[in-house]
Amino acid sequence: MIGYLIKRILLIIPTLLAVGVVTFFLLRVVPGDIVELKLRGDGAAVTQLAIERERARLGLDKPLINQFGDWITGVAVFNFGTSMWTGRPVTDEIAGRLVLSLQIAFLATLIGLLIAVPLGTISALFANSWIDYSIRVVTLAGLSMPSFWLGMLIIIALLHVFDWIPPMTPTSLWRDPLGQLAQLFWPALAVGYRFSAIVARMMRSSLVEVLHEDYIRTARAKGLFERTVIIRHALRNALLPAITVSGLEFAFLIGGLVVTEQVFNLNGIGRLFVQAIINHDYIMIQALIMLTAFVFVVTNLVVDLVYAFLDPRIRYV
Amino acid sequence: MAATEQFPSPTWRERLRDWPIVDFILRQPQGTISGLFILTLIVVALFADVVAPYDPLDVDFVGMLQAPSLEHLLGTDNVGRDILSRIIYGARTALAIGFLASFVGCTIGALIGTASAYFGGRVDLIVQRVVDVAMVFPIIMLALVIVAILGRNLVLGIDVNLILAIALPIAPKVARVIRASALSIVNMPYIDAARAAGYSHVRIILRHMMPNVVGPYLVLLTAYIAQAILTEASLSFLGLGVSEPQPAWGLMLSSGSASYYRDAPWMVLFPGLAISLTVLAFNLFGDALRDWLDPRLRT
Repeated sequence: MIGYLIKRILLIIPTLLAVGVVTFFLLRVVPGDIVELKLRGDGAAVTQLAIERERARLGLDKPLINQFGDWITGVAVFNFGTSMWTGRPVTDEIAGRLVLSLQIAFLATLIGLLIAVPLGTISALFANSWIDYSIRVVTLAGLSMPSFWLGMLIIIALLHVFDWIPPMTPTSLWRDPLGQLAQLFWPALAVGYRFSAIVARMMRSSLVEVLHEDYIRTARAKGLFERTVIIRHALRNALLPAITVSGLEFAFLIGGLVVTEQVFNLNGIGRLFVQAIINHDYIMIQALIMLTAFVFVVTNLVVDLVYAFLDPRIRYV
Repeated sequence: MAATEQFPSPTWRERLRDWPIVDFILRQPQGTISGLFILTLIVVALFADVVAPYDPLDVDFVGMLQAPSLEHLLGTDNVGRDILSRIIYGARTALAIGFLASFVGCTIGALIGTASAYFGGRVDLIVQRVVDVAMVFPIIMLALVIVAILGRNLVLGIDVNLILAIALPIAPKVARVIRASALSIVNMPYIDAARAAGYSHVRIILRHMMPNVVGPYLVLLTAYIAQAILTEASLSFLGLGVSEPQPAWGLMLSSGSASYYRDAPWMVLFPGLAISLTVLAFNLFGDALRDWLDPRLRT
């Protein structure tokens, strides 16, 4: 087990290195030049000399391979460089926003699971009845609605029905937990709905499959209460694939946040990413991509470990 | 003597069922309805000039932010453009980009997946590792990076680079699924026969393997049209996709910004509804197609 864990953790390094190499060199073929964009952005007349100087300051005049060397050695000691746009260390820019985005992501996962598990279970228990069909419509709608549009609908509904707008000014979880929750609940619901749709569908199909297993028939035959059969025998097994999907989708929540954060005026990493793209801030884009890859790889690892913990048949060696 | 009794000649009903399309309609009612919806949408998009009541670009500052009425069925936006007409023309953008992007992405993915299965060994291993890495990222994130790398490139009014940005993130996902299907046929005797006949790798992959993965390919193609429409809407919403004044659903949502939430909710409501219904139709149709072609693919 320990050996397996160490092997998995060590495997993270080549994966991240590959991601780093690919993004670094792909981004360097970008036609738009950040320095020109930054200095000439608002049509200001800038001398060639000033552009050269700025380029030298950012280290863009060095050969590509040296730039890469500088960057990757920095990454190895968690120094992701400074933003080419604001000049502040990338880690500083990301840290605060990451806290915000992670809060939304966790809240969205929680909301998603709270919706998905009961929906998926009910859908499977009443498979092919009208209850099942209406739940499937709800989940399919979740897959088809852009989460940013759902976010806009939520705001409009709150505005017209309760004449209330979720607070759009930043607060902190520690200073004002309730205010923070009021602010983050709605965006979390918007992205969590899609999440719940995916998990509920998985939940339904795995539970339908489990209910046909021999051990369920055995459990019923020996006269257990139906509730015991469902909860202790069926659900415990059906939850496993749903957990895998949840883990995978957790990392993808960041994708939903990229757009939804704009709607709720939240200054999280999704918004930072869009800004970095618009500004051609490669250093920032690289750092955010590495971060996403890291979150994905770590979530995968955690899911595998949880899996081994829940299913005694799986033992990694 | 009993042959005719045991096997009576098929009735006209049975003959009709031999037609794939009739079989599909009878077995997949959901797929039929969503298919009809898609068909209607395609017709509306093709004949947008005839169907749309107004010019989608016609600005009217006197009649801006009008609520839905008989004159403007879905109301007007913040510069007085007719929302229904913009949605109708927007269908053109959504379908064209959605179909092209999904086609390009799925075709590249299918080629990579089939080739990976065919060559096997080290090639397969390397390709699969690359696919693993690409699968780490949310589609919208990759699309944004590609938009940043490629910039804009308009050919005949269509942004080719935008299509690539939406298509390329799809390819690794398709490659993974198609590879699994291709692996099941790579050891078939007819592939061995083709090899023994001395056909080139390219010919075997294109002529002998690709036709046998066309089922999953079609299912993925439909499913990823839905995904591509969603990605395009998101990119346009962020201002990095289709650009004004071309009517696009995502773009309409971004101009219906927070300042109009109170006074003109229809600016947000209808374009989003158009996106959701279209994506839903493609999702349903893709599911039906999958169940009909190969129930084993059901997940």
